Amino acid sequence: MSQVTMTVNGKEMSSDAEGRTLLSQFLRENLGMTGTHVGCDTSQCGACVVHVDGVAVKSCTMLAMEADGAAVSTIEGQAADDGTLNTLQQAFQDHHGLQCGFCTPGMIMSAADLLKTNPKPSEAEVRHHLEGNICRCTGYHNIVKAIMAASGQDVSSIAAE
Amino acid sequence: MYNFEFEKPSSIADAVAALGDEEATALSGGQTLLPTMKQRLASPTKVVSLLGISEMQGICTGDDGALCIGGATSHADVAAGASAYPGLAALAGGIGDPAVRARGTVGGSLANNDPAACYPAGALASGATIVTNAREIAADDYFQGMFTTALDESEIITEVRFPVPQASNYQKFEQPASRFALVGVFVAKYADGVRVAVTGASEEGVHRWTAAEEALSANFSADAVPAAPGADGMIADLHGTAAYRAHLVAVLTKRAVAAAS
Amino acid sequence: MPKDHGIGASPKRREDIRFLSGTGNYTDDMNVNGQAYVHFLRSDVAHGRIKSINLDAASAMPGVVKIFTGADFEGVGGIPCGWEITDKHGNAMQEPAHPVLAQGKVRYVGDQIAAVVAETLEQARDAAEAIDVDIEELPAVVDMAGALVDGSTKVHDDLTSNLCYDWGFVEENKPAVEAAFADAAHVTTLELRNNRLIANPMEPRVAIGDFERASGNSTLFTTSQNPHVIRLLMGAFVLGIPEHKLRVVAPDVGGGFGTKIFHYAEEAFCTFAAKALNRAVKWTSTRSEAFISDAHGRDHVTTIQLALDADNNFTAVRTDTMANMGAYLSTFAPSVPTWLHGTLMAGNYKTPLVYVNVKAVFTNTVPVDAYRGAGRPEATYQLERVIDKAALELGLDPIALRRQNFITEFPYATPVAVEYDTGDYHATMDVLEKMADLSGFEARRKASEARGMLRGIGINCYIEACGIAPSNLVGQLGARAGLYESATVRVNATGGLVVMTGSHSHGQGHETAFPQVIAEMIGIDESMVEIEHGDTDKAPMGMGTYGSRSLAVGGSAMVRATEKIIAKTKKIAAHLMEAAEADIELKDGTFSVAGTDKSVAWGDVTLAAYVPHNYPLEDIEPGLEETAFYDPANFTYPSGAYACEVEVDPDTGKVTIEAFNAADDFGNVVNPMIVDGQVHGGIGQGIGQALLENAAYDENGQLLSASYMDYAMPRASDLPFYGVDHSCQTPCTHNPLGVKGCGEAGAIGSPPAVVNAVVNALRSGGHDIHHIDMPVSPSRVWQAMNG
Repeated sequence: MSQVTMTVNGKEMSSDAEGRTLLSQFLRENLGMTGTHVGCDTSQCGACVVHVDGVAVKSCTMLAMEADGAAVSTIEGQAADDGTLNTLQQAFQDHHGLQCGFCTPGMIMSAADLLKTNPKPSEAEVRHHLEGNICRCTGYHNIVKAIMAASGQDVSSIAAE
Repeated sequence: MYNFEFEKPSSIADAVAALGDEEATALSGGQTLLPTMKQRLASPTKVVSLLGISEMQGICTGDDGALCIGGATSHADVAAGASAYPGLAALAGGIGDPAVRARGTVGGSLANNDPAACYPAGALASGATIVTNAREIAADDYFQGMFTTALDESEIITEVRFPVPQASNYQKFEQPASRFALVGVFVAKYADGVRVAVTGASEEGVHRWTAAEEALSANFSADAVPAAPGADGMIADLHGTAAYRAHLVAVLTKRAVAAAS
Repeated sequence: MPKDHGIGASPKRREDIRFLSGTGNYTDDMNVNGQAYVHFLRSDVAHGRIKSINLDAASAMPGVVKIFTGADFEGVGGIPCGWEITDKHGNAMQEPAHPVLAQGKVRYVGDQIAAVVAETLEQARDAAEAIDVDIEELPAVVDMAGALVDGSTKVHDDLTSNLCYDWGFVEENKPAVEAAFADAAHVTTLELRNNRLIANPMEPRVAIGDFERASGNSTLFTTSQNPHVIRLLMGAFVLGIPEHKLRVVAPDVGGGFGTKIFHYAEEAFCTFAAKALNRAVKWTSTRSEAFISDAHGRDHVTTIQLALDADNNFTAVRTDTMANMGAYLSTFAPSVPTWLHGTLMAGNYKTPLVYVNVKAVFTNTVPVDAYRGAGRPEATYQLERVIDKAALELGLDPIALRRQNFITEFPYATPVAVEYDTGDYHATMDVLEKMADLSGFEARRKASEARGMLRGIGINCYIEACGIAPSNLVGQLGARAGLYESATVRVNATGGLVVMTGSHSHGQGHETAFPQVIAEMIGIDESMVEIEHGDTDKAPMGMGTYGSRSLAVGGSAMVRATEKIIAKTKKIAAHLMEAAEADIELKDGTFSVAGTDKSVAWGDVTLAAYVPHNYPLEDIEPGLEETAFYDPANFTYPSGAYACEVEVDPDTGKVTIEAFNAADDFGNVVNPMIVDGQVHGGIGQGIGQALLENAAYDENGQLLSASYMDYAMPRASDLPFYGVDHSCQTPCTHNPLGVKGCGEAGAIGSPPAVVNAVVNALRSGGHDIHHIDMPVSPSRVWQAMNG
């Protein structure tokens, strides 16, 4: 066990971790931040995506100790302090981009990563960027639509609300 | 996962020393190693992270014009920074998904030598030099079959030098579940000839398709690509027969040549 | 103008706020003070005799609390099956014992041998590796046809064979069906496999058992679609805990798709162990574990035949199916290939004669049960594929052939025991033809061909039976439960309402849609209504959410309870306004007396119910809470027409979905936004089945597609934007909302459209192909093109 310290959503947090403690475990179990989900064990579903030093990573495939000293951003830190959803979160609600909500944290964090580098992605670019995020509920239609809408694009011509 | 001691040295020398322990393993991006350890299929007692070693990071051009990539450079960094070698940058940008590319490294991929990974095809087709803490290994000598390489225990890839071809392209036909290469073909055209490396297809792992190399060296056009290689020794599984993989080798080679021309 | 509130409006989902901000409460997010962790040691062989289990070394490992084996469960009940099928000879199905932990034999890879409870999960895993199990491996029964051969190895030694049942439906029709085939002008025969699938909700299953010694009360927190059903099955049949001593909570659940309906051994184990150890026990499935412990779906092998007369009228349908049950009977498994499948074999067509034979087979594989659609996708796929093949053989337009045979008069009694109340199949097909721009297809095909690609279009219809189900009917069919739903509506003094429903939302948006109904009925704002679900201590009873039943059955119960509330509030209002009860009208949250200007607000009446100073105490009690149980009079019958357009790369065999359009008739629609989302998701899963997904076993019973590395889940890049329309609305005639259900339609209607389109594309390239089994993967397409 050794102490791991990271800045999570702007707040410094510490806890003891083993070598094998994954970042996802550290967030969920050590820090009690259960917004980050774990949906697989082969690094494919993307429910666990968080940002480490500004880069989207799969927190189930990164050791907590590798994030020692890093700035970590999770789903819990996306809304404003008064609870107001950010543009991307609001677009997901407006366009029904989630159903059961389990993949949603990873979807939001991956989409945020995309919009940072590509502020007006095409449909194909959105779909390609979500290669590592699996949703079983939505058939992706409204997720793709929400992300394009969040980027300020007119999505009214895309079939169905 | 079994527990282990974690170390994150900041120099190659310290990493090599730390890896001297029996049952120690190097951790680069961890995108393959960590899932393997979660399944308890690997049980190192010490894990040595290579990501704290700044001399293993980054991309530069060598005196001979080769593109030199630090062993711990992520796929995302290669995709963004290897503009001198667009074929390789595109290969790196097509590995896994964005989050995997942010962590996975060229050294980690080559050290693992997964038979369906992309980088081995790029390295072999480029005739790359794999630089370790101890020596330099030519790609032709480095890959020794599925998950097998010329690396010794505790030897780490510090840099990979890719001679930059006149033209190149990588075509990957994805396995529908894993999105690894069901078959991937990297074609690189150099002044002294064409090299064609195939991943995903063979039970021997990444390999060169010499018949295609000869034909394309004489005439670099898609029409010159020979008929598909034989199905003997090709992988057969849930996702494709040996004959299908052999067929794809030729299809993808043609497409790579067409895209590179 | 679309409505902005009430029925037919699309308010944004209120549950989204917690899901979008990381504050949902999924089972794995919960922890109970002092909890221990369990890891199950699972069989790595498909079939074997347990010769010995030595726990000595493992028990001495650090942190181990106790290791349980089958021996600890002697005298404890087994996992029950909720449906008994009677075979074509009138005999009950063969029903094997299903122990919580294996006893004597292991019967599939994943079968639980032992359960290690330890202080931490990793300690439990470490100790499980130290258990010394000696298993004598036996030949694995994997192939269904082989399993039925005389002398085959038996999955269960105490059964007479691997045949669970041989079901004939309608048995009395069989001679007439045979005669119709003998007289047919044309017979089309198609052999096909409905591929085995794994539901893969993104949240793996979790169970936390808890026990309070002082009260003797047990609690189970679990990822379930129907906590009341789990309470009943586990309490009554497995652990012998009466319902008043057992609480089952299913909090936020991350998707279900059928696989979280069933009662699983892990739930019973955690509840049992919590009591035995007097501390909470938590189990969290890994995805790898889910692949070998969640019930699988589909896995039917079928031969279907369609008889037509000289005028191309369908005269009879005959099908022969082998349905895989896996190693044990999961909760609803026997009903899926029978009543949920055979009763749909008339489809949208007036075929007068139908005979369905189903042989259910035990194999050394994971138990198979309902997965989104359950039986209805299998029926639809067979029928809509064989019709397309008949059209090909006869040189007919596949749409015209369907239209010619559509049922057009309702109610319509099918030859397979159900009565469709409403529908308009021409109308949905009319809408579809416009949506899919059929007239522009040839130009699109030419454009594809110019790029070296083959283009195809496939259409199909579907009908399903939802709103499951009339209790007296399903009782006759072998269900061991009633399939009503309950709701309690509690009105607080200040006028706000809480609905406690037995329906469970795990993505369907009940917390948003149910209040729309009440808001419409009373004329108040939706924000005045809160929905509670997922806790057996709250709703009186519940049969849960599956079979597209929540709104049709659970919503109807809520309507009935609300009607009782309205009746009582009218009495109170009449008293307050000194008017006759019959003259009281409720509109926009205000009670008025007809023909006068007298009125009293909703909130004044509800306050009077709790502060009954001026109140008809001699007639009615104070307070305002009503419960209703609603038992549907019939199934509901959503229907529709779907079209898929694909491109096939002739060099690689890769299929790309270029367009997908769906015209559905769901009857009345409460929240169009949510309905669209349900259809999108269903289509995504249907395309997944058609192109990608395949749970494959090798001959030794090892699951080859045991992770996302080999089980191909549909990703965003595999799927298009869908065209969705539900403007054709023939309301259900027998429930108060006129709703039919929309949850499964997409998964039922889409696979045949995809395969029809691929066959169409390949034929346009000169390939004489009539069928390719799902998943229509690149290698299979290439194989088909290249012999």
